[in-house]
Amino acid sequence: MEVLDIIKPENQVFCKSHLMTDTPLSYCPGCGHGTANNLIMEVIDEMGISEDTIGVAPVGCSVLAYDFMNIDMTQAAHGRAPAVATAIVRTWPEKYVFTYQGDGDLAAIGTAETIHACNRGENIVIFFINNGIYGMTGGQMAPTTLEGMKSSTSPYGREIATMGSPLKITELIANLPGVYSVSRHALHTHKHVRKAKIAIRRAFENTRLKKGLSFIEILSNCNSGWKMTPNDANDWMVENMFPYFPLGDIKVENKLKV
Amino acid sequence: MAKVRGAIVVDTQVCKGCEVCIPVCQENVIGMSNDINRKGYHYAYMKNPDACNGCTNCGTVCPDRAITVYRVKVATEPLKH
Repeated sequence: MEVLDIIKPENQVFCKSHLMTDTPLSYCPGCGHGTANNLIMEVIDEMGISEDTIGVAPVGCSVLAYDFMNIDMTQAAHGRAPAVATAIVRTWPEKYVFTYQGDGDLAAIGTAETIHACNRGENIVIFFINNGIYGMTGGQMAPTTLEGMKSSTSPYGREIATMGSPLKITELIANLPGVYSVSRHALHTHKHVRKAKIAIRRAFENTRLKKGLSFIEILSNCNSGWKMTPNDANDWMVENMFPYFPLGDIKVENKLKV
Repeated sequence: MAKVRGAIVVDTQVCKGCEVCIPVCQENVIGMSNDINRKGYHYAYMKNPDACNGCTNCGTVCPDRAITVYRVKVATEPLKH
């Protein structure tokens, strides 16, 4: 059988979601943001809720999402996405509202909004893309930057004595009673992508059932910020980020996993 | 027994040549082209098309969703004893 005999519309098993716009993704090659954007849109497409979903993208690389996601999107001030999402979901309680934030946005500038929205248990989904660096502005040190990790504002590596330890904001908010489910995922292999997709699906199902806030952290590479090739960056992420930010469920159905 | 054959089509203008699809391909089907696209990236292509089984691993990790996957079941001759 020739390749051209296989390439027929009836044999197609995988393609780009039609909820993504035709705009080419302006993320760097190999960036996890692209996969994350596509996964969220695939889940929304499968659930058939594209008409009822509103996304909030604040500042950072994550803001570019509104160019690519072909659903209703709004932008928020830096870090204030959970506050805007709170307003939207309280105005339209039947809508599916999600925020899509990076680590500089959610864990540094928007810490207050994040923690209070989680504490109130708003019926939203928060996607937290953690790459341990401020990617868009040139690779400055973020709260989640690992110990000894070099960035443009910590050229000799992060020093715990003066700069503090990397912030585990996901574990922090998992302890809040308003948060219904918390999990951490990665997108560097097909297995991890499929697991993350299941988690995203579960988060939107929680929203449908009005269970409360679902929080999904996605570890991503930032190959231009880390100054590596995409595959090297993925390997570095497995070696260095996974021990400090272990993958898996942290809170399921309002119960902390020990 | 039916055999599964697959094929991928790479959108050469969308592919950014990040090579994330290469390590996830268990059958070692994907290679990087010597040619470049409009943006100047070496794009992915099927260097070993006969081995592809359409598992969609490459498509799921592709950040730009440049890969479309096709799969078909091929009837083979029954085993002779």
